[in-house]
Amino acid sequence: MPHVLTRSLDRGTTLFVILVAACGVLIPLSNLLLPTGSMLQVPTYLVALFGKYACYAVLALSIDLIWGYCGILSLGHGAFFALGGYAMGMYLMRQIGSRGVYGNPVLPDFMVFLNYPKLPWYWHGFDMFWFAALMVVVVPGLLAFCFGWLAFRSRVTGVYLSIITQAMTYALLLAFFRNDFGFGGNNGLTDFKDILGFNVQAEGTRAALFALSCLAIIVAFLTCRAVVTSKLGKVLIAVRDAESRTRFLGYRVESYKLFVFTLSACMAGVAGALYVPQVGIINPSEFAPANSIEAVIWVAVGGRGTLIGAAIGAVVVNYAKTYFTSGPLAPYWLFMLGALFILVTLLLPKGIVGTFNPWSERWKADRLTANSESAAAEDGVSEPRLAE
Amino acid sequence: MIPKFASEAPRKLANFGIGAPVAANAFDRLRSIVLSVFLIVVLTLPAFAGAFDDAVAKFANDEFSDTEEAIGMVASSGNPLAFPIISALHDDRLSADPDTKKVYITQQDGKIIDAATGTPVAKLPDNAASVRLNNRLRRSVEAALGSLTLLSPDPAKRIAAAQTVFKSHEESALPVVEGALAKETNNAVKAAFAEARAAILLNKSGTSDADRLEAIATIKARGDQEALALLTDLSDQSPLVAKAAATAVSSIQSRLAIWSAVQNAWYGLSLGSVLLLAAIGLAITFGVMGVINMAHGEMVMLGAYTTFVVQDIIRTSFPGLFDYSLFIAVPLAFLVAGAIGVLIERTIIRFLYGRPLETLLATWGISLVLQQAVRTAFGPTNREVGNPSWMSGAFELGQITITYNRLWILCFTLAVFAILLAMLRYTALGLEMRAVTQNRRMAASMGIATSRVDALTFGLGSGIAGIAGVALSQIDNVSPNLGQSYIIDSFMVVVFGGVGNLWGTLVGAFTLGIANKFLEPVAGAVLAKIAILVLIILFIQKRPRGLFALKGRAVEA
Repeated sequence: MPHVLTRSLDRGTTLFVILVAACGVLIPLSNLLLPTGSMLQVPTYLVALFGKYACYAVLALSIDLIWGYCGILSLGHGAFFALGGYAMGMYLMRQIGSRGVYGNPVLPDFMVFLNYPKLPWYWHGFDMFWFAALMVVVVPGLLAFCFGWLAFRSRVTGVYLSIITQAMTYALLLAFFRNDFGFGGNNGLTDFKDILGFNVQAEGTRAALFALSCLAIIVAFLTCRAVVTSKLGKVLIAVRDAESRTRFLGYRVESYKLFVFTLSACMAGVAGALYVPQVGIINPSEFAPANSIEAVIWVAVGGRGTLIGAAIGAVVVNYAKTYFTSGPLAPYWLFMLGALFILVTLLLPKGIVGTFNPWSERWKADRLTANSESAAAEDGVSEPRLAE
Repeated sequence: MIPKFASEAPRKLANFGIGAPVAANAFDRLRSIVLSVFLIVVLTLPAFAGAFDDAVAKFANDEFSDTEEAIGMVASSGNPLAFPIISALHDDRLSADPDTKKVYITQQDGKIIDAATGTPVAKLPDNAASVRLNNRLRRSVEAALGSLTLLSPDPAKRIAAAQTVFKSHEESALPVVEGALAKETNNAVKAAFAEARAAILLNKSGTSDADRLEAIATIKARGDQEALALLTDLSDQSPLVAKAAATAVSSIQSRLAIWSAVQNAWYGLSLGSVLLLAAIGLAITFGVMGVINMAHGEMVMLGAYTTFVVQDIIRTSFPGLFDYSLFIAVPLAFLVAGAIGVLIERTIIRFLYGRPLETLLATWGISLVLQQAVRTAFGPTNREVGNPSWMSGAFELGQITITYNRLWILCFTLAVFAILLAMLRYTALGLEMRAVTQNRRMAASMGIATSRVDALTFGLGSGIAGIAGVALSQIDNVSPNLGQSYIIDSFMVVVFGGVGNLWGTLVGAFTLGIANKFLEPVAGAVLAKIAILVLIILFIQKRPRGLFALKGRAVEA
């Protein structure tokens, strides 16, 4: 029983948690305590950049939880991420108060500009941090719950589910682009001043946000581990590998899927909420379907169904993106990203971690055989089986 | 000359610029009566050479009142030079010499002629200055131009002039309209004149109720937005007339409502044909192979760029062939996109069968690569693809305008659909494709080379996408992002219509297109689109396999 090995915190996962925690402590400390220009000092811009990667890692973990362990390929997870981001952005907008360009104590600048007579009802309460923090989890969770309840109950699976999640994020993209939707339209929310009384731009705040993001990775990772190593997790894997069989065995497949989908959306929302103060802006382009698909490829690169791999994949791909898009190779980045999509699916189906991790080698092999068999039988669409 | 203008300008301003409204109104009426008298006199006595010369000479007085009189006289003179003079005045090309009282027209080609006689003149005299206008005079000039074109030999121009009069319904134009109406032989022009006359009569004070009722009937028969505006603006009418007007308004409104429904339906059909064209190739690959081809939009884009290249070569080498460019582009686009499709299938997708989610990711990667390749080769900006002459322009059908390119695309889409349907029905490849769709294992057992069918199917689907690109290049911007804007809509159509059935795609495309266009006026373009997406998401709950799902064992196979 290979699962027994992964049941609790094994060596690999413990190492991962310690590593992330070390980063979360050492990088901010080096940034704040060491003198500027010192060899070991991490510049502030890098702290912000790593903070962004950390948020992406949480998003990748949330995708891996549903895709790697439950077979739900969501092409709309960027929507949950962005919704969490918007909830945080609304809090940050309310914190600006009368320091905005128009100096209106209640209405954010864009509302004054667009002649809003008063604050829309859904903006009330966002001046309180606890309420905003609650909404960061509740709004994406609620959307995922409603969406999943409708989709899983009527057994929308496989590529159909992927396509309608994509349609969902596309619809939200269009909606948030509208000025009269009350979220700043095209420009989104930006020009933030402070968070909980601390200046968003300050080095200390950035370092703290980075540390928080690392903490978020650890919490998200441990949550996912707890889920996937529990009995519930085994049912999830069963659903992934043979949905109908699991149903026939008496499990309410849709309830399991709904639970894990909602949990994953909440995690994505938290990732978005941490992302916004670190990059200083949230706008509708975060809803773009391309973003969500890109997030899926992080997971594929790192290794689907490994959790650690998802986090690693997010950091590796985004580091590559930063590296290439800021250099002379910028026009070729899309070639590379495209090639990454193709090559990883063709040659590296297990991802970095899945391929190089000797502990999970046999387990992966078992899983993949089982998976390809059942996927063929389960996905409903009559797909070719050339191998047979 | 300049000092003179400078000294006189303030006086002119005092006279005309800030006159009291009441006085201006009275003056207007007087002016129009004078004008009408002239027009009537002159229409009965067309040639009046001496008066014409005198009138032209008045332009040289540099007095606004004289200019006004001159406009009226010249316009009503019936002299062939009247139109050149008034239009020269309108365009600031009429000059006058105050000493000799001669007036000159600078023609559009720069040549100068004497306004009174039409004889060419070598150059303008040194002290000639252009005849000045103020806003009031400009209105008279426009009205005079309008009535002059009412008598133009070209029926289209006469109709246009009648429309102008209908819109302005200036009382002063009534005599000319009536005169023109009496002489008119062309029925269409006659109707236009009658409508213009009705519009004037209806707004003129002192028309009898009987005339008004008749006028309302005429305008009601016209029944468009302008007629509606005219009738709704009516005020101070006798109860009888007001009632007739109200009835006419409601009748026009209901007719317009029907026309706007017809128009929405047409727009919907047009959008539906575009959606169908974009989605039909996807329906084939998805239906037969279960492959989600995210690079489908890029095949459309490649087709559009093929059209661009074909037109570019034609422009530089064979300009005469431009009208046939699309006939060359369609087969070429099919071949280009189809070949790339087969290449992709053989090198990538082949290895991913049975793993639909991975296929989705890999084809997304392909779409990124193709987009960037096109961006590198052709640049990120829009490339210009022209409409051949037979696709440009539009015609009117009742109250709606139908553009030829939309109409041709609708016909083209239906033709492609019919050909595809026939191909699936009557050819050997079609038979094999249907067999593989229905039961892959059984088809393979019967000796069908399923992998060959897969490659050809993927090529066919991509080729159709390429053809779609040729059509879409006629109505959309040809840019590297062309495909992306269609991909989600195409998926919606396929998912809505159901997989493995081309009729489902047809019904899905037209339903979505028409629903979208009927929602648009109510909710706005963006909200309509969102509503459609939400409706599809809800629809999927009810019918997870689409409108026309394959039933029975075929689904499970």
